[in-house]
Amino acid sequence: MESENLYSLFKNLLYVRLVEEKIVELYPEQEMRCPVHLSIGQEAIGVGVSQALTKNDLIFSNHRAHGHYLAKGGDLKKFFAEIYGKITGCSKGRGGSMHLVDLNVGFVGSTPLVGNIIPVALGAAFTSSFNNQGKIIVVFLGDAASEEGVLHESLNFAKLKNLPIIFFCENNLYSVYTSLNKRQPDRKIIDIAKAHGLTSFEVDGNDALAVYKRTKEAIESIKFGNGPVFIESPTYRWREHCGPNYDNNIGYRTEEEFLKWKERCPLEKLQLNLIQLGILTEQEILSLREKISFKINEAVIFAKMSPYPSKEDLIKYIYA
Amino acid sequence: MLNKMEINQKRTLTYAQAICEATEQAMLEDSSVFIIGEGVPDPKGIFGTTNGLLEIFGPKRVLDMPVSENGLTGMCIGAALTGLRPILTHQRIDFSLLSLDQIINNAAKWYYMFGGQLSVPLVIRMVIGRGWGQGAQHSQNLQALFAHIPGLKVVMPSNAYDAKGMLIAAIKDNNPVIYIEHRWLHNTIDYVPKEIYEVPIGKSKVICEGKDITIASTSFMTLEAIKVAKYLEQEGVSVEIVDIRTLRPLDDESIINSVKKTKRLLVLDSGYYTGGFAGEIISRVTEKAFSFMDVAPQRITLPDIPTPSSPGLTKYYYPHYTEMIKTVLRMVEREDIKIPSIDEAVPLDVPDKSFTGPF
Repeated sequence: MESENLYSLFKNLLYVRLVEEKIVELYPEQEMRCPVHLSIGQEAIGVGVSQALTKNDLIFSNHRAHGHYLAKGGDLKKFFAEIYGKITGCSKGRGGSMHLVDLNVGFVGSTPLVGNIIPVALGAAFTSSFNNQGKIIVVFLGDAASEEGVLHESLNFAKLKNLPIIFFCENNLYSVYTSLNKRQPDRKIIDIAKAHGLTSFEVDGNDALAVYKRTKEAIESIKFGNGPVFIESPTYRWREHCGPNYDNNIGYRTEEEFLKWKERCPLEKLQLNLIQLGILTEQEILSLREKISFKINEAVIFAKMSPYPSKEDLIKYIYA
Repeated sequence: MLNKMEINQKRTLTYAQAICEATEQAMLEDSSVFIIGEGVPDPKGIFGTTNGLLEIFGPKRVLDMPVSENGLTGMCIGAALTGLRPILTHQRIDFSLLSLDQIINNAAKWYYMFGGQLSVPLVIRMVIGRGWGQGAQHSQNLQALFAHIPGLKVVMPSNAYDAKGMLIAAIKDNNPVIYIEHRWLHNTIDYVPKEIYEVPIGKSKVICEGKDITIASTSFMTLEAIKVAKYLEQEGVSVEIVDIRTLRPLDDESIINSVKKTKRLLVLDSGYYTGGFAGEIISRVTEKAFSFMDVAPQRITLPDIPTPSSPGLTKYYYPHYTEMIKTVLRMVEREDIKIPSIDEAVPLDVPDKSFTGPF
């Protein structure tokens, strides 16, 4: 069981990483004409969380949503097509990278305004409770979202109504170029959730297995009737806030800091672990890589070949 | 529009009771409807518009809420996306400003932004008003703000009949509907059928036919228009009133057709002058029926001034219906007709003598 879990976590980590690296490779072509917020370095969180959820459970996400969408099983062809602005995209070309959706796998949506998605997820948790659906709702937020009033409003209501929701805070230490210590006093983000009476955990955001286990614990706690859970994970985005490049040279953070985090690469760590445990050989990893890359290339071709939405399409979907 | 005698023979309710009855009937019909808002289950029941609902439906579907307008609006959006049909209430439209992120960025755009997969069947009730010293932050008329946003629907029923029918239509609508009710309409009485019925969203209504001038009006200003029309009728000036009812999607055709007939347009709106909804009506009619008009269209709105509290100031702030009569007479070139004098005995800061505050 443990080895199956590890294998599945690794496979998904590798998948997300390779998709993001494909975006890095192709972005300079100027055909993906929308902002992209890559999750490279932070993949363990989406992967670990999704592993703990069922298809029935729902995820809501933010601007850095690729990893969450892919880990939950979001359709890859529709993903690339959306970033390429095509009619075959998951939002029919209306959303781009910042508005992903795949209702077939319970990925309800992502929105890029900081904190904006949190109360929407809360509403899904309200419905789950109202209709006794037993669904667990997960909402991903960044460290900066804890500076938005709406998080407090949502924590308060979630606890008041004992809603089945996990607030998952990916603390990557920066909001664009502004470090956490310039934005918040010296206290932990989970202390905010604790003050609202939520069960609160911390977990290493670069350790997919630990994230998975914490999420499982959170789900059990919710099912036991303890109400909403807040999880904070320190992690680090490797590349620039928005776009495919590294930006350690522009002065808001140091190369040393980046290298320190890079040593804790979630993918390499797990890969080493799998080899040591004899779950996978290097050869098997290579062939897995090839298999995933093939699937990615197929999706990119599909996206590139797909047409743009037509002029007639512009006025569709204003009203239901 | 019914006259007094017809109303006497039929079943009547106040505007507030009509809202309450619509809510009750919609909730009985559809178990996914719930109502939430600051004070919804409290003894005063949002000006009497939610009285008794808690007793019928219980606390699961009739909810008070923390004073977290933005968070709870988002919560309602999420609930709507996942199969429920929330009604959210704000006792003042001013309170909803705390939730503009959720209304404008999420509710209005979700359906479009994700390619038509999930819509947001959400009703947000907002109360606008005037008088009783409510001042700059408790009596604004911000309908134009919401009417500006694609993806929202914005309705402003002006009478109890429409209040019920449009609320039921709003609850059944699969889109976010901003339902704006004027505080000074809550106690007005009209014929309201007992059964559940819908008044369609997106249709304005000619409520009185005339041939000399068209007055297009929203919400409470329609009552002012009726006063104007009644006075002028005695003086031989025939006024046609188009009650706009829905600001978005706007049925401009009914207004344009009326103006083509009367050749004159006066718009009455309770919002501010600059960027207000009256300007939108005038623009549309001017774009589409300029050559039909004998005289430049006019509007009467609030001045571009925040609302003061003192009755000493509000009497200069709110346009009086005699001012509307004066404007009409100028437009129809009948300035020989006498303008009624303002009866100083009638207080200007309450809708009628039964209103004694405190809010």
